[in-house]
Amino acid sequence: MPKLTIDGVEIEVPGGITVLQACELAGKEVPRFCYHERLSIAGNCRMCLVELEKAPKPIASCAYPAADGMVVKTDSPMAKAARKGVMEFLLINHPLDCPICDQGGECDLQDQAMAYGFDRGRYAENKRAVKDKDFGPLIKTIMTRCIHCTRCVRFATEIAGVPELGATGRGESMEIGTYVEKALSSELSGNMIDLCPVGALTSKPYAFVSRPWELKKTDSVDVLDAVGSAIRVDARGPEVLRILPRLNEDVNEEWISDKTRFAVDGLKRARLDRPYVRRNGKLEPASWPEALAAIADRLKGVSGSRIAALAGDLADAESMAALKDLMAALGSANIDSRQDGAAIDASRRDFYLFNTTIAGIEEADACLIIGSNPRWEAPLVNARLRKRWLAGGFTVGLVGEARELTYGYEHLGTSPQALADLLAGRHPFAATLKAAKKPMVIVGQGALARPDGAAVLAAAWALAREANALRPDWHGFNMLHMAAARVAGLDLGFLPGAGGRDTAGILAGAQDGTIEAVWLLGADEIDPATLGRAFVIYQGHHGDRLAPRADVILPGAAYTEKNGTYTSTEGRVQQGQIAVFPPGEAREDWAILRAASAMLDRPLPYDDIAALRARLVAANPVFGRIGLARNGGCADPAGPAGDPARMGSAPFASPVRDFYRTDPISRSSRTMAELSALFVQPAAPAAAAE
Amino acid sequence: MLSDSDRIFTNLYGIADWRLAAAKGRGDWDGTAGFIAKGRDWVVEQVKASGLRGRGGAGFPTGLKWSFMPKASDGRPHYLVVNADESEPGTCKDRDIIRHDPQKLIEGCLIASFAMGAHAAYIYIRGEFINEARQLQAAIDEAYEAGLLGKNAAGSGWDFDLYLHRGAGAYICGEETALIESLEGKKGMPRLKPPFPAAVGLYGCPTTVNNVESIAVVPTILRRGPDWFAKLGRPKNSGTKVFCISGHVNRPCNVEEEMGIPLRELIERHAGGVRGGWDNLLAVIPGGSSVPLLPKSICDTVLMDFDSLREARSGLGTAAVIVMDKSTDVIKAIARLARFYKHESCGQCTPCREGTGWMWRVMERMVQGRAEPDEIDTLEQVTRQVEGHTICALGDAAAWPIQGLIRHFRPEMEARIAACKAARQTGGAAPARMAAE
Repeated sequence: MPKLTIDGVEIEVPGGITVLQACELAGKEVPRFCYHERLSIAGNCRMCLVELEKAPKPIASCAYPAADGMVVKTDSPMAKAARKGVMEFLLINHPLDCPICDQGGECDLQDQAMAYGFDRGRYAENKRAVKDKDFGPLIKTIMTRCIHCTRCVRFATEIAGVPELGATGRGESMEIGTYVEKALSSELSGNMIDLCPVGALTSKPYAFVSRPWELKKTDSVDVLDAVGSAIRVDARGPEVLRILPRLNEDVNEEWISDKTRFAVDGLKRARLDRPYVRRNGKLEPASWPEALAAIADRLKGVSGSRIAALAGDLADAESMAALKDLMAALGSANIDSRQDGAAIDASRRDFYLFNTTIAGIEEADACLIIGSNPRWEAPLVNARLRKRWLAGGFTVGLVGEARELTYGYEHLGTSPQALADLLAGRHPFAATLKAAKKPMVIVGQGALARPDGAAVLAAAWALAREANALRPDWHGFNMLHMAAARVAGLDLGFLPGAGGRDTAGILAGAQDGTIEAVWLLGADEIDPATLGRAFVIYQGHHGDRLAPRADVILPGAAYTEKNGTYTSTEGRVQQGQIAVFPPGEAREDWAILRAASAMLDRPLPYDDIAALRARLVAANPVFGRIGLARNGGCADPAGPAGDPARMGSAPFASPVRDFYRTDPISRSSRTMAELSALFVQPAAPAAAAE
Repeated sequence: MLSDSDRIFTNLYGIADWRLAAAKGRGDWDGTAGFIAKGRDWVVEQVKASGLRGRGGAGFPTGLKWSFMPKASDGRPHYLVVNADESEPGTCKDRDIIRHDPQKLIEGCLIASFAMGAHAAYIYIRGEFINEARQLQAAIDEAYEAGLLGKNAAGSGWDFDLYLHRGAGAYICGEETALIESLEGKKGMPRLKPPFPAAVGLYGCPTTVNNVESIAVVPTILRRGPDWFAKLGRPKNSGTKVFCISGHVNRPCNVEEEMGIPLRELIERHAGGVRGGWDNLLAVIPGGSSVPLLPKSICDTVLMDFDSLREARSGLGTAAVIVMDKSTDVIKAIARLARFYKHESCGQCTPCREGTGWMWRVMERMVQGRAEPDEIDTLEQVTRQVEGHTICALGDAAAWPIQGLIRHFRPEMEARIAACKAARQTGGAAPARMAAE
């Protein structure tokens, strides 16, 4: 533990940290631009210069190791002069176009210039102008503003794993760019906007939209995948204008995926803002009483066994609990929250969770990925896997589609045969897993939503057991979900009750007429053609592909418009907050169900969200442990039902065929459509004129 | 004056053959195995005792630098890297050593590598030195054929490989850590220190980077003994040095001389004197473009070694003496150097990237006199804001020439400004206004 004196105050700091970090521990502010905790140290902005006693020159505190006996001065004349000089240099070629810069108000350069800059410029020469670069549809560049801190370069290379950015040219002609101009092919590229300390990289869709001080900031959680990233929803009036990451070391650190960040325009398009009722074969606008009465009329006298409900991927736990209770009151056991039909054994919670936890990945030393493309299914889990891989001593094997994952892996095969080989010890990777101290197995939804899903699940569990990954001190079995609603649905038991039908059974019943009515709670991935002639009640927020098939449309709230509880793939229960009100006559989903239950003469026993949340905790105590993931080892290595021997031979495929269009919100987003066209379905290259 | 018998580079002018046989005739490779038999510490102690200071510009004691290398390997190999990226304007000493006495350098590489436990050394040669690179490679090949390199090099029992790597012509790659980056195949940008190369250098392994001349003089020091070397020159500034004299002299030349020789004697004896006589002298840049110039009044008496020149607020640098007579527009000369540094700044860190351009642009106006007198102070402050605040010494190198100019030629700068103003007021032909770039 080195002891330093910082500005006359002696402080003992942990070994191996830098002078800048020591200054922070001592409560001294050291300005910086290039330094960032999660990136490698560049030491190039020179803003963090401090005086070190006995050193002839000021030192770059971000790069200098703290050592015993150092005497550091952060506000001596030498340090102040150095800092002031650097600030002046940064500004001489900066356009100072703050009034038209989107970074204004949240700009490091602006803030630090106020604190450390001169009150006038002494540079009378022509300023440098730099040509803007095209970084794709997400990032707007005004390269003249760039201060060459290289944070974006380091982020792309280190965190995102797409080494596409760099600096060309030398001296004052140095420019940041991709050399051959192209869009950045990363799902995390939006984070560069946050990292950029100036207005060189700003959000293209958000350009000139708003100033930060006009926004109402609401802390919430993301639902566009099952990671449960912490986000901040920035809204002005009735509009959500942007979404930014919030710090959560255990989940997303300080990053979010591009879908989380940029699908926000989808919240304003194709919204269901009033109820509809089908009359004479045509959907017509209706009032709430009319819509609910239409449901009550249709369900009157229908036996519970002929009614079914499906919950979709974005549903909050509250509305699922209310729908489950309503179905029970109607006497129906035909409910399912697995609209993809994944063979998940919900008899034990660790059968369907990412038990290692996302932060726990950093402890693992070997990983087997089965039937998943984590880069698209959960970009932040993928980023954590890359972080672990970069640290070294981490072997990854993959069974499934061989995609670029931003880290090295051994491709073991594409079909269940590879799993059988691993189980039988016929493949050398089996020995790697066995030799590992903390091995982990990740099984994706693509490996489960198939006829032999149960067998694959059992095989994955058996592999984890064989590798000794199921120990009291370590749980190496992981299911990677993609739907924010899924784990909460399983925790609530939103699953077929005794004698009830599952998703496939419900759809079969709808087609043969044995199911007369289906209540879809945002179940947007169901193919409308499979609903037969059933009476479809669609409750959701977007006029996606199911709304046209519905007989009654109940307009619900998107995740930014309601207080909702979501459980991430790790089993972490988190609450999203309401940032804006739902559009038009749309209402919070649980309240719609409560109103419908009254109309159906089976009133649900809760009148406010607090009572409903008490009901959630009563149904499953995990809902009382907000913010915590399931933690700890595996108490019982006995596995889920299923026989590994019955695996089929079809190759595994990730269910995500298009990362940018996975749910009604992202499908409604223009930005996502642009990205999809760019990266997923690139137009055929134009043929050259002969 | 250095007697012929004390010269190290006896073929500096290429009068004799450069090849191995002739070099051996001049004494190279004599007893090399014997030095190595005496052990690492002995070699380092000999170099320390000789008082040899690095010949690349900074003048850091070479023996001390070698002793920073780990005594035993922790599993990582050690490397010697020889800096032959001679790019400092005015300097051309390493070039002649490589051209005419390459075996001295190759032998020095073996001995120095042994002294730091390195089995491999890299010579990073400036890209523009095309013929020199070819010739040095031929000399290395000859040494391999003669068994002086490779397994059991020169019969010493030490396995040693020597590689030649050609740079691509960036001045910054003469900075030791930028050179290492470039050698690794990356963009030539200096690294942050600490860690120093002796701890984490080439490919992350302990590395020492030395100048060509520093390495080439080592075999002779060992052969003739450190006392001989230490006795030449002045205390702490011992030995001989190759001076490169260029500019307004009658016979520009490279010459090996004793350290501490008076500047005037150096110029008059070896370079045929200043063009038009000593009184026609305006100023001298004594150590390559990056050190501050000295006006004639100082040149009259100053001695050419590290400490004397430092006392005169300049430096020995690479000992490249650039002589300017009274026909020189000294402001324009320094503006040209400012442009060079602006062009060669790597762009990594702020003060140098932005400051070199600023300084050059102001200098361009100063040449015309298109400025206000107080801008001279601003310019001086800008040089202070660059100096000492950068990752490497290029920022200092860009600042010093301008500081020297302001220190010694401020009246000329003010006169230029006044003349420009006067010309404008009388409606005379003012210099055309032209933005720099």
